[in-house]
Order: sequence, then C-alpha cells, then structure tokens
Amino acid sequence: MTDDTSLNLFQQQEANRRRTVILVIGFVLFFAWLGFGGDFIYYLATSDAGPETYHHTFPWFGLVMTAIGAGIARYGFATGPNKVLWSTGAREVVEPATDKERQLVNVVEEMAIAAGIPRPRIWIVPDADPNAFATGLDQGHSHIAVTQGLLDMCSRDELQAVIAHELGHVKNLDVRLMTTLAALVGAVALMHDGVGRLMRGGFRLGGGGGGGGSRGGGKKGGLGQLAIILLVLWVITWILAPIISQFLAMAVSRKREYLADAMGAQFTRNPMALATALQKIESADAPTSSIKRGAAHLCIADPLGRRMNLHEGGMANLLATHPPMAARIARLKGMAYQRLKAEGQFPAT
Amino acid sequence: MGGTVILLIILAVVVLYGVSAYNGLINLKNQTLNAFKQIDVQLKRRHDLIPNLVNAVKGAMDFERQTLEAVIQARNQAVAAGANAAPGAMKQMATAENQLTAALSRFNVVVEQYPQLKATANVGQLQEELTSTENRISFSRQAYNDTATQYNTKQQQFPTNLFAGIAKASPAELWEITDEGERAVPQVDLSMKPKA
Repeated sequence: MTDDTSLNLFQQQEANRRRTVILVIGFVLFFAWLGFGGDFIYYLATSDAGPETYHHTFPWFGLVMTAIGAGIARYGFATGPNKVLWSTGAREVVEPATDKERQLVNVVEEMAIAAGIPRPRIWIVPDADPNAFATGLDQGHSHIAVTQGLLDMCSRDELQAVIAHELGHVKNLDVRLMTTLAALVGAVALMHDGVGRLMRGGFRLGGGGGGGGSRGGGKKGGLGQLAIILLVLWVITWILAPIISQFLAMAVSRKREYLADAMGAQFTRNPMALATALQKIESADAPTSSIKRGAAHLCIADPLGRRMNLHEGGMANLLATHPPMAARIARLKGMAYQRLKAEGQFPAT
Repeated sequence: MGGTVILLIILAVVVLYGVSAYNGLINLKNQTLNAFKQIDVQLKRRHDLIPNLVNAVKGAMDFERQTLEAVIQARNQAVAAGANAAPGAMKQMATAENQLTAALSRFNVVVEQYPQLKATANVGQLQEELTSTENRISFSRQAYNDTATQYNTKQQQFPTNLFAGIAKASPAELWEITDEGERAVPQVDLSMKPKA
C-alpha cells in the first residue's frame, strides 16, 4: 500500500501542477475570447458602415480583456489562500490559548511529521458545525483550518484523522489546484455580476445602432449572419461562465476526497478514526454557515449539506462536490478490516 | 543511415532513463537521511520534556520515587546513546529509547492512579505534551520506515538496481521494535463473543 500510494503521489503532484497551469491558461483564454470575440463582432458590425462612421479595426477589447484576465489570474493565484481564509472569517492560532487549541497544534505537528511536510499554519473558523479545509499553493506554504465545532466534538484520534486527511490534500498538491480554482471561480462570478449589469445598459444603448447596421448589411448578408452567430455564442459564454466554473469546481474535488481519505489513513494508520470522525461530521447535519459556496470544494465534507452528495451517478455526478459520505465511511472501514486481517488481529467469528 | 538514427535514439532513451533513475535514487537517499534526522529531533524533544514532567510531579509523588528514578535513568541513558546518532548506530539508540518508552508508560500508569494529580492543570498539560511527543516519535519512525522501504525497494527493483551502484545506494536499516515487552500488544477483548 505504501509503495503504491507513494508512486501515485508523484504523479498526483505532477497532475495537480499541470492542471493548475491548464486552469490558469483556460481562464486567460476565456477572457481573451470574451475580448477578441467582442472586437470581431464589433468589427463585422462596423465594417460595411459608411466611410464617415467609426470602423473598429484595432482589437482594443481583446487586449484589455486578456490583460485583465492575466492580472486576475496572477492576483488570484498569489492571494488565493488568504482570500479563502478571509472569506470564512478564520483566525490564526499563534499561541494556543486553551487545552483544545494546544491539542490541535500538537496534532497538526504530529501529522506534519507523519506526512513529511513542513507544519502548515493553523486556523480556527468560529462555527459550531464540524468541518475542516486546507488551502495553500505548495507544501511549504499551506494552511489548515478547522471549525470550532470540530474541535469541540472530536476526540484526539478523530481530530488527528481529519488533520491527516487535510494534510493528504496538501501533500499531493490538491490545495494548489483547488485554491486557484476557488480564486478564479470567485473572480468569474464577480466579473459576471459586474459586467452583466454594464452589458444590460449597453444593449439598450446599442439597440438603435444595431438596427441600422443590419439594414445596411443587406448586400453582405453572409457577414451579418456570421456576426449574429458569433454574438449568440458570445452572449451564451457570458451567461454560462459561472455555471461552467461551478461544474469545474465540483468535478475537480470529488475523486480527490477518496484519495485524501486513503492518504490520511496511511499517515495515521488508523482508518477507523477517520470513519468515526466522518460519521460525527455527517450526523451534525447543520450547514457550515461560515463557509460559502466558493470554498465548498475545499472542505472535508460539503459545508452546504446538499442532498446531492448522498448519491453517486446521474445528476449527482454533475452537481455534487463531495462523494457520498456513506461510501467514504464504507471504504475506510474496509481499510481498517484489511489492516486487522493483515496483522492477524481480526477476531475469529 | 536509418539504423544509426535508431541506435542513437535507443542510446538516448537509455541514458535519459539512467539519469532519471539515478536522480530518483539520490532523492530517496536524501529523503531517508532527512527522515532519520526527524526522529532525532523528536527524541531530543522528549529528552528535554522529561525533566519538566518529573519536576512537576516530584512533590506530589514522593512515594513513587522508584518510578521517577527509573524514568530519569532511562532518559539519561537515551541521551547518552543519542549523542552519537547515525543510521549505523541505530540498534543501540533504539534499545535505549525503547527502555525509556517502557519507563514512561509505567510512569503514565502510576499517574493515572492519582486523579487529583492528573487534575492539576500543569500535569494535564504535560501529559498532553508527553502524548504528543510519543506520537511524534512514532510518526517520525513511521515516516522514516516508509521512506527507507521505498528507497530499499527502488534499489532492488529491476532495472533501477543497475544504477544503484553508481548512485552509491546501500540498503537503509529500518527502525524496528527490539524490546519483546513492547512488541506484545496487550489484547483486550470486549466483544463478549464466545471464544472460538
């Protein structure tokens, strides 16, 4: 088991690095398409107008949008972890004040040793619902946050198991991809809201001019049609952008939870502790209100408590951010059983 | 002409594979060394913690002098054995540390018998520290053993083993439990099932 997961680990890290790069490139390309697409439509719309009117020949929108996209990606990548932590209202544990906090710090240090990575910074989210997440860009600069509820509810072993799960995400660089995704999804949502408002204003203004253009374009019907098709595509992209980015966030995180569960079990050698911790998290079914939709895919259990996460397959495969808890617990119990059997400790029945 | 090109390509692939195998071995070797150092760091932490612990309970546990002295003695022996720590001298170190572990667990059993002692905030904290330290030591050993096993497996597997000599790789010793007493895990069966 050890050898298998460690071999996979390297591939996982590579895959996560690569996917982060693809994600960022895709994000910038998306902005470029929005910009240059707009330019091209505007160019087609103005190319057959009279000589005295404005001809859109230089792709200003495209250049500006690409620059904005690259800027947001760069900014989002650099400040992603802080943004995620800030959005949950977490406070950092520097000097542990209570016994529980001391235990948390100790447990994180123990698991960092087991995982062979530097100790992440520790945060507590003031929320009574048990949950936890990890964020960061690489193993050296990572953060682990647990809710106050988790701290109060879990035994030492269970806390250890949850932390081990999160360190699994850190070690195989899931955090890099998922944090970048959180930052970019947030940016798309924000931009969509802001620009959507501008565009609605813009369409009303442009209405009269557009009508004139189509009358004048009668002799060049082909170009006019192309412009309309492009325009439709362009608007659809705008509308779908936040939905697509949400789907991306969901798809990216589901498989990873199983893997992090397995890695956590490998660090603690105690899969049962994680199973009971997950059971506790599951049975406290109140949503984690401090953790918003944008950071949901980072958490150990879906903070929104969506029913979708109860099933696998069909719509759930599209809409759930987390695999069904029952399936995760069953897998962990399977691991515990394998362990007992391997050690010859399984009681004869 | 075509044959030469194919030969060159095969040669290049072999060389590239050799380089990556070599680098992989060196990487694992350093990881193993680093993991070993980690055990050392955690053992030092334990050695530094014990005098504090003993001081905190000395007044209240005057009558358990024997247990306390056993802990202190085992600690001093472990410090002495750890002074010349190296992956080669592991047997000695492991023996001394195992004795210390045994002494500490006896000590813990004794502390458990005095609830009023455990209730003192100071002792409670120290016990948490002790638990954490013991965990750190076992996790650092686990990390070392995992890395060393990986390193050893890589050295023996074909075709990486062809490059083991060039990378000066030699099998790393695993940290094993030498004390028979520690190996025997107490079996507690609460299942109420009839014995098979």
